[in-house]
Amino acid sequence: MSSPDGTAPPDRPDGTASDETEPKIEDLVHEDAGPTPQFGGLASEHAEHEAAQQPAEVMTESGVEAAGTKATTETGGKLELGPVGHLGDRLFGGLARGSGGLVVLIVAFVGIFLLALAIPALIDDKSSFLFSRIWEPGGDEPRFGIAALFYTTVISSIIAMLIAVPIAIGVALFVTYYAPKRLAAPVAHAVDLLAAVPSIIYGLWGILFFAPILRPVINGLSSALGWIPLFEKPPGDNVGVVFTASVVLAIMILPVVTAISREIFAQTPISHREGALALGATRWEMIRLSVLPYGRSGVVSASMLGLGRALGETVAVLIILSVPNGNDPWNSSIFAGGETFASKIANNAAEFDSPEKTGAYIAAGLVLFVVTFLVNSAARIIVDRSTPGAKRPRRNRRAGAATEGASA
Amino acid sequence: MTAVAENKPAYDGKVLDLTGKSGARAFKNTLATVLIVLAFAVAMIPLLWILFTVVSKGYHLLLSADWWSQSQRGITVRRAGGGAYHAIMGTLIMALITAVIAVPIAILGAVYLVEYGKGTRAAKAVSFMIDILTGVPSIVAALFVYAVWITVFGFNRVGFAVSLSLVLLMLPVVLRSTEEMLKLVPDELREASYALGVPKWKTILKVVVPTAFGGIITGVMLGLARVMGETAPLLILVGYSKNINLNPFDGFMGALPTMINQDRTELALPNAADRVWAAALTLILLVLALNLLARLVARFSTIKSK
Amino acid sequence: MAKRIEVSGLNVYYGDFKAVEDVSMTVEPRSVTAFIGPSGCGKSTFLRTLNRMHEVIPGARVEGKVMLDQQDLYGNGVDPVAVRRVVGMVFQRPNPFPTMSIFDNVASGLKLNGVKDRKKLTEVVESSLKGANLWNEVKDRLDKPGAGLSGGQQQRLCIARAIAVEPEVILMDEPCSALDPISTLAIEDLIEKLKDRFTVVIVTHNMQQAARVSDQTAFFNLAATGKPGRLIEMAPTKQIFSNPGEKATEDYITGRFG
Repeated sequence: MSSPDGTAPPDRPDGTASDETEPKIEDLVHEDAGPTPQFGGLASEHAEHEAAQQPAEVMTESGVEAAGTKATTETGGKLELGPVGHLGDRLFGGLARGSGGLVVLIVAFVGIFLLALAIPALIDDKSSFLFSRIWEPGGDEPRFGIAALFYTTVISSIIAMLIAVPIAIGVALFVTYYAPKRLAAPVAHAVDLLAAVPSIIYGLWGILFFAPILRPVINGLSSALGWIPLFEKPPGDNVGVVFTASVVLAIMILPVVTAISREIFAQTPISHREGALALGATRWEMIRLSVLPYGRSGVVSASMLGLGRALGETVAVLIILSVPNGNDPWNSSIFAGGETFASKIANNAAEFDSPEKTGAYIAAGLVLFVVTFLVNSAARIIVDRSTPGAKRPRRNRRAGAATEGASA
Repeated sequence: MTAVAENKPAYDGKVLDLTGKSGARAFKNTLATVLIVLAFAVAMIPLLWILFTVVSKGYHLLLSADWWSQSQRGITVRRAGGGAYHAIMGTLIMALITAVIAVPIAILGAVYLVEYGKGTRAAKAVSFMIDILTGVPSIVAALFVYAVWITVFGFNRVGFAVSLSLVLLMLPVVLRSTEEMLKLVPDELREASYALGVPKWKTILKVVVPTAFGGIITGVMLGLARVMGETAPLLILVGYSKNINLNPFDGFMGALPTMINQDRTELALPNAADRVWAAALTLILLVLALNLLARLVARFSTIKSK
Repeated sequence: MAKRIEVSGLNVYYGDFKAVEDVSMTVEPRSVTAFIGPSGCGKSTFLRTLNRMHEVIPGARVEGKVMLDQQDLYGNGVDPVAVRRVVGMVFQRPNPFPTMSIFDNVASGLKLNGVKDRKKLTEVVESSLKGANLWNEVKDRLDKPGAGLSGGQQQRLCIARAIAVEPEVILMDEPCSALDPISTLAIEDLIEKLKDRFTVVIVTHNMQQAARVSDQTAFFNLAATGKPGRLIEMAPTKQIFSNPGEKATEDYITGRFG
């Protein structure tokens, strides 16, 4: 296989070919040649240092080699072999370890403080914290529970994920295997750009410009599926509803899920893809046979990360969701307003006037934290369990599941 | 250059279908292509729409020098005039303090994970804690600082408190990206340095970190871009001030997200709407500038190393 | 099965760079044809043009004709995907689908073509694995992942996968270069057997291998670095190795080549 520029025409080397010969076909998206050393400087600096004790010969052009060989062949001079621990090593190592410890301390601190402030409020809570939908902290008889917050938070995030993940997979496949090369990089950057837009701007745009065009969608869905409580539309023309928040959240997490999926799809080894193509697979079949199985765990974990972000999103949800009137009965429909953990806390920042009230909000924050932590841990466990490209064979159950898909 | 066999046997006569134009497989392939291109189009619409909205509604205020040099002091919601200087400065000051605190801890922490603690139980504990920190929503980080700074110590709501909560958000981002970059540095480089008799700390400082430098800076920039757009901590930990306040330890402070938040309920008033979109555009431009800078640094550093 | 390949006046380009120039040859059905030549002479590139796998590389294009029993592989309306269904390929490094079992790897080509009948699949998998001299080694663990086999077994699995769809031609791009000598021998035995049913074309750097397995040998070379690769000569293997027609061939075979 000759190289296109003709400078180095490497055929595949004989014998054990190294992996380096593999990614010659197609982009592999980033062509970062990997970090390269700025090593000469240090080497020659060191050579200089040795030159002080040794013959000046050491100062040759090829710093590394010269210093290395001379150091071993030089037998005449006195060797300084101690002390074992350099002062610099101890200092620097200590700093690094200290920083590691600091991270542990910070997290422990966060947990302890939040718990310490939440527990007294929880003890005073006169209703069930986990199952009550009432939120009336403060006063002599504080009553508050997270059931409604939990419901709205989780349902909005899940809908967001259901919308975002298929589109993200599509965009990632488009960028890696469909787009003309000239288009692929700008598109990838443009999607990354979406991630850089601050969430308050999504919120503003969402409620002012995007929500109105969702109105027909909301009306259509509710008239078709309105008999299910989830899709039952309350009277009125409110667009600041859970569904709108979900769609905007979907737009917000799209870049995250796309970026991770893209990276993993692009890493699918060329040999897997060629294996499929040589069997006469179409482009889609090649993707289904080699790219999707390879990237599956990555996509799942990317989705989890997106879900985690949607769960914790504050300002966009705060702006979009209309807070239901306190006297209205609670409504489980996605076409009604509501409050998530984050929007509830941010909405009531002015209420943090007594430790009891603050404690109630902190308790809610803790629950949010636990939920996002569980979701993020799930993502990490999935990644760890099946790192793409890992040589170790996967379990049969997985192999079986893969072929179910292939035979469809 | 022809090499044709002398006596050709007859062809086997079977004609192969090489068109592949019909059938369910071709249809599925086309369908998949259409869906994938459609997904791309659907994803691009909001991006272009948001950018168009913000730019078209916000650009004209940015053209005046006042926007970059004046505050909103004395400008009521109905009036036009003033600028975003106070908010820009507030956002930059808080981001800078955040970076000054978070970046050294993050880089040293990553060095610990990759160079010192590798594989030890302590490193796993640290890594686990970083995972926890990664999952902390901004509102929870803000609540925590509120609990410590205001409820326990009884301090006032000031810019520095915001920076503290942003540290919690920025630290895991920078630490993880630095860790990834340090891991990419091949062991051969470290070994080559050790073989020269260079002590470990010097190897890290002069070989490992410089090799990964571009990637580390990119991580820092992206982390900064992320915390600059955060609104929740601002809402809870510092009041919005229309005046210029450059002291993060005293008094309320303007910031671009809260400047947007301030007038967002008054969008029916043209002057308020102008301010909101102009502030949004300014914020996007700041964040974008950091992102582009990050990319440039990344590109520059790979070129330099060639 | 097994068709004749006739190539005439074939040029391969990568963008503006001409990688292979003016190759014409005939590959006989039910025989093994070996391509030999120094690194970078374009033999692998040329091999890929025989089932249009070169089109995977952006910017690669071809001029000239490749006829499979009088059907032009580059004719109008010819789909490269359909071409690859009748001209199979085995690669330098074994590439079984990592998420699939041994059975599913072999059956993957048939499944693509819509075969769902379990009985038919089982039959074909068995006969293909037997055809690839792998059946006895794996018959008790067909549901185990293909990636768990040794390198040589994986390569034979890939060959089984290729022959399961009953192609006309099997192309092999240095199929033994990543294998140990024992596995190499197993593959060579297999190639000998395959030629009863298929047209086999193999690229190899190993001249002993070419001498052992092939009936015809084609020698490729390039005039100079940066110049396109050319077909220097093609002849029955015995003749190439005992009495080559060209000086360059002789130099290469006897090792007097840079």
